[in-house]
Amino acid sequence: MTDLPKSTEKKLGLVIDLDTCVGCHACVVSCKEWNTSNYGTALSDVDAYGAEPQGTFLNRVHSFEAQPESGGCSQTVHFPKSCLHCEDAPCVTVCPTGASYKREEDGIVLVNEDDCMGCGLCAWSCPYGARELDQIFGVMKKCTLCVDRIYNENIPEEDRVPSCVRTCPAGARHFGDLGDPDSDVSRLVAEREGMDLMPEMGTKPVNKYLPPRLKDVPSDAALEPKYKDAAGLFGWLDKALEKF
Amino acid sequence: MATDNDEATSGTSSKRSGKTSGKISARPSPKVSDEIRQTTCYMCACRCGINVHMQDGKVKYIEGNKNHPVNKGVLCAKGSAGIMQHYAPSRLNAPMKRVGPRGSGEFEEISWDEAYSIAESWLAPLRESAPEKLAFFTGRDQSQSFTSLWAQAFGTPNYAAHGGFCSVNMAAAGIYTMGGAFWEFGQPDWDRTKLFMIFGVAEDHDSNPIKIGLGKLKERGARVIGVNPIRTGYNAIADDWVGITPGTDGLFIMALIHELLKAGQIDLNYLSRYTNAGFLVNCAESGPDAGLFLRSESGKAQVLDRATGKPADYDGAGVKPKLSGHYRKAGSTYRPAFELLAEAYMDAQYAPEAVEERCGVEAKRIRAIAADLARVAFEEEIVIDQPWTDWKGEKHAQMIGRPVSFHAMRGISAHSNGFQTCRALHILQILLGSVEVPGGFRFKPPYPKPPEAHPKPHGADVPGQPLPGPHLGYPMGPEDLLINKDGSAQRIDKAFTWENPMSVHGLMHMVISNAHAGVPYKIDTLFMYMANMAWNSSMNTSSVIDMLTDKDESGEYVIPHFIYSDAYSSETVAYADLILPDTTYLERHDCISLLDRPICEADAAADAIRWPVVEPDRNVKGFQSALCDLGARLGLPGFVNEDGSQKYADYADYIVNHERRPGVGPLAGFRGDGTEEGRGKPNSEQLDKYIANGGFWSAHLPDDAQFYKPWNQGYQDWAVKIGLFDAPAPYVFNLYLEPMRKMQLAAEGYGDRQPPEHLRAQLVQAMTPLPHWYAPYEQSLVSEEEYPLHALTQRPMHMYHSWGSQNAWLRQITGVNKMFVPGNVWEQHGFEDGDWAYLTSPHGRIKVPVARMDGVNGKTLWTWNAIGKKRGAWALSEDAQETQQGFLLNHLINELLPPKGDGLRWANSDPVTGQAAWFDLRVKIEKADTKGHKGNQSEPQLPSSKSPVGKGPKNVSYGEDF
Repeated sequence: MTDLPKSTEKKLGLVIDLDTCVGCHACVVSCKEWNTSNYGTALSDVDAYGAEPQGTFLNRVHSFEAQPESGGCSQTVHFPKSCLHCEDAPCVTVCPTGASYKREEDGIVLVNEDDCMGCGLCAWSCPYGARELDQIFGVMKKCTLCVDRIYNENIPEEDRVPSCVRTCPAGARHFGDLGDPDSDVSRLVAEREGMDLMPEMGTKPVNKYLPPRLKDVPSDAALEPKYKDAAGLFGWLDKALEKF
Repeated sequence: MATDNDEATSGTSSKRSGKTSGKISARPSPKVSDEIRQTTCYMCACRCGINVHMQDGKVKYIEGNKNHPVNKGVLCAKGSAGIMQHYAPSRLNAPMKRVGPRGSGEFEEISWDEAYSIAESWLAPLRESAPEKLAFFTGRDQSQSFTSLWAQAFGTPNYAAHGGFCSVNMAAAGIYTMGGAFWEFGQPDWDRTKLFMIFGVAEDHDSNPIKIGLGKLKERGARVIGVNPIRTGYNAIADDWVGITPGTDGLFIMALIHELLKAGQIDLNYLSRYTNAGFLVNCAESGPDAGLFLRSESGKAQVLDRATGKPADYDGAGVKPKLSGHYRKAGSTYRPAFELLAEAYMDAQYAPEAVEERCGVEAKRIRAIAADLARVAFEEEIVIDQPWTDWKGEKHAQMIGRPVSFHAMRGISAHSNGFQTCRALHILQILLGSVEVPGGFRFKPPYPKPPEAHPKPHGADVPGQPLPGPHLGYPMGPEDLLINKDGSAQRIDKAFTWENPMSVHGLMHMVISNAHAGVPYKIDTLFMYMANMAWNSSMNTSSVIDMLTDKDESGEYVIPHFIYSDAYSSETVAYADLILPDTTYLERHDCISLLDRPICEADAAADAIRWPVVEPDRNVKGFQSALCDLGARLGLPGFVNEDGSQKYADYADYIVNHERRPGVGPLAGFRGDGTEEGRGKPNSEQLDKYIANGGFWSAHLPDDAQFYKPWNQGYQDWAVKIGLFDAPAPYVFNLYLEPMRKMQLAAEGYGDRQPPEHLRAQLVQAMTPLPHWYAPYEQSLVSEEEYPLHALTQRPMHMYHSWGSQNAWLRQITGVNKMFVPGNVWEQHGFEDGDWAYLTSPHGRIKVPVARMDGVNGKTLWTWNAIGKKRGAWALSEDAQETQQGFLLNHLINELLPPKGDGLRWANSDPVTGQAAWFDLRVKIEKADTKGHKGNQSEPQLPSSKSPVGKGPKNVSYGEDF
């Protein structure tokens, strides 16, 4: 069993805006291309050109349809999902070798692949299904918040954010310190009533989701007809034009 | 690629230590790459700027270029998957000649010299005797200004790219109405618009810019209305979703116009100044001039001047047109075009109540949207304190904006009523006064460019001589059609004939069927580039395959020769005789040119290049470079020097040294001494300058030229300075489109050039100078009882036509396309999860997997486009998911309509532009049996072709080597 830090200096995480995410999968693929050649082993793809290709991804987008309780037409929600870097991360405490750990300095949950034996307990304990065991390398893979980007002095300062955040075309992904109430991400969460994913699991996720705004609000607006027919309109035209 | 079955599976072959070595340091700062090379993406048609990170000579990571005008740093899923495209096992390796029968996939690799010799042996005799027997169609070409020049030099009239089966209705309606459409022509003022309405999109058209724009709107809390039968993607995040019935967008738009007119909620000042609303139209019921404008002796359209009440040149200084009234001259009555427009759309047939059932949108909803448009446009106007001077010399202290904006694409255009629907949408924008104003829709240079500023089509060929002008253009009347004296078509695709007079992008989708039928004539060589015509880019895929493989009585192929260039082993490769292997997008030179389909922004002119950030490791060559070689071998003017030697060593040489007009070439940046913009002598260091600048060039508009471009002196002068055109050319928008009326007049029997009898009625109905709605053709021919449902495709945001499935990462996101069935239909048929269905149209039957969806128009089925693949293609395994469960809707769509019973077969396309009417499809659905070993296999299953490049490796672990 592995201990979690009592507290962390920062709570780095993502804020994902479900009102803005169009479900384009840009974050999914950008994550894959960064991480397959950076932290730890590659993210492999089994049966890559075959019947049922299955690869390791650290971030996936799921699309759901939901019928609003208020009635009205069905809503489509695009839901990107990756590790939420929980404060009470069950994937860490369940790890038999200490490979899974949560960093004291920033709260990022990582896997020390040297110590990972690929038992899969952590994936089983994660209520979000946010970990994937790489089929070829036999180690557990998960979102690192691009720990090798966010402090990286070889990257321009403005780009020191996770690959998914840098690439998101709609600007639906935000990165920052959710432990600092004055940070941009904390303010965004406060303003938009950001939510925990499945808070009932008691994992205290750091990542937050901004809920979709209310849509398809019925409206009784209508223009007042002033002219019954074209002739009526013509009567007004030139008088109105004189004003210009 | 780090892919090897056994070793990779055991996980022992990694150069990188493979696993992390203990815990990573607190603030890790690893080297990212050896070098960044900046070029232009080609994972779809958007042309974003990319930073390609190179390590050990390989591509390690691709990200968006933050300085690039198109994507400003972001990158979509396609762009980020570029590594897997660049290293795809489906890449062609060398030129090939076919050694088995067409379709077998049996090829022999040959040298470039042999490939050119074969091509030359076919093409040289054609050029000397009958150049039209070469049909050269270049698909999803991004170098049309170059490929068209080549075709022009060859002398064949038969050239076009893929616009005819894509979104020509959108482009043509935009140019004819206002000098530009959406995407490459213009964009919403994303920073200021307050209400944005988006109609049926094409995801590869303006992909990242729309997402960036929607993000901005969401951040500001601006409102988005999505009009689309399907609620996915952009429509999922729209504040209001209008799940319209396919093919009725025009009716819906006209009902909005009806509401606005009845309430007087239109921008009269704007209409009077900047449109032809005041042009006097001859209102005679018949006669050779009926419906035409009153013109002065010099040909200037006349308006009634408000000051004098008398006719005056519309563009005269101080002339302010009346929008109502009438004028009598020589026994004819003339009325301002606006009166005709108002009468047309205030008619009860366009009242919300009259259209709601057909549109599938409640009248109340239509009224509310019209009210919102009017409220935002007129009560929330934007004022920018920026002085500017208009075309008549009048000085304005401010720029006034109407912050409503629109975007639309293939969804509304790929119908047989698509041209008029697109026209209606532009008229709606114009009535609101929201085009080229702050908060509205803004043109991107070199647009606005009205139809009269475009070339006319050219067709008549003289053997051995270049064509006298560009193939494609904008006809302004019957005199511009490409018809021979005997009435026959000059072009193989019958573009610019009475069947589709304004087919400004040609009709690539008709080439193979016309060539096979020998109508209007037989051809010898089909030469195509980058369009998968034997698969997802054709209607009626199986029949097209039959046409390509059909032999005549003498045992020769009916289409004798087929040269095809592609970078990848697409389905079409197997049906060609000679393959010219193209490079990947990271291995090539290209220019994204102002002469072509540019990447400008509303406030800047811009162009860009591709350059080989990786040298090809195969015997392949950029298609454009191959054309330089082939053009020289054929001695084409412009491709040889005076001594007959090759003029351009390769495409890069052409890009730098070609001049279209003196001082104006493919690239506008860094000309002359390297500092000249737009105009200047060729600069041998130009490409280096582009590379040093991030792969692109841009020049910003002056502040006083930002808006009102067609009528803004500041803009007109800037455009001349930069070389977009050679003299200021202000114009007004065409609410009333006189060239349409001229075509209609011919159909009524006036003029020298007359359409054939059987087309008269269609022309009279379709070529109305003000758009009217008519039911899509197929829909009005088939029994609604028998085929009660519409069926559509959408392109996944992470795929570009058929390319995505060869990409190991993208095919994991969408490898199977299900047919999405609306909840009411799902329940009616008792479908359950995992079910399969037969889908039948008047043209065919397919078997497909189904899934339920509720966020969809209740009469509409839909699926993802181009996921289904043919066995043997794309280096996929024979049992790949795309071949087993994936399917194409194309099998149900025909390039011809079902027989009408008049003995003729009519095109399944728009009668104005010839645009393929993909989305007019009507179907029925029934549950399919899933018993037996083929129970869960899509149908039809066509025979496999041998893969000319083998199959991809079992497993991939890209990045392992770094």
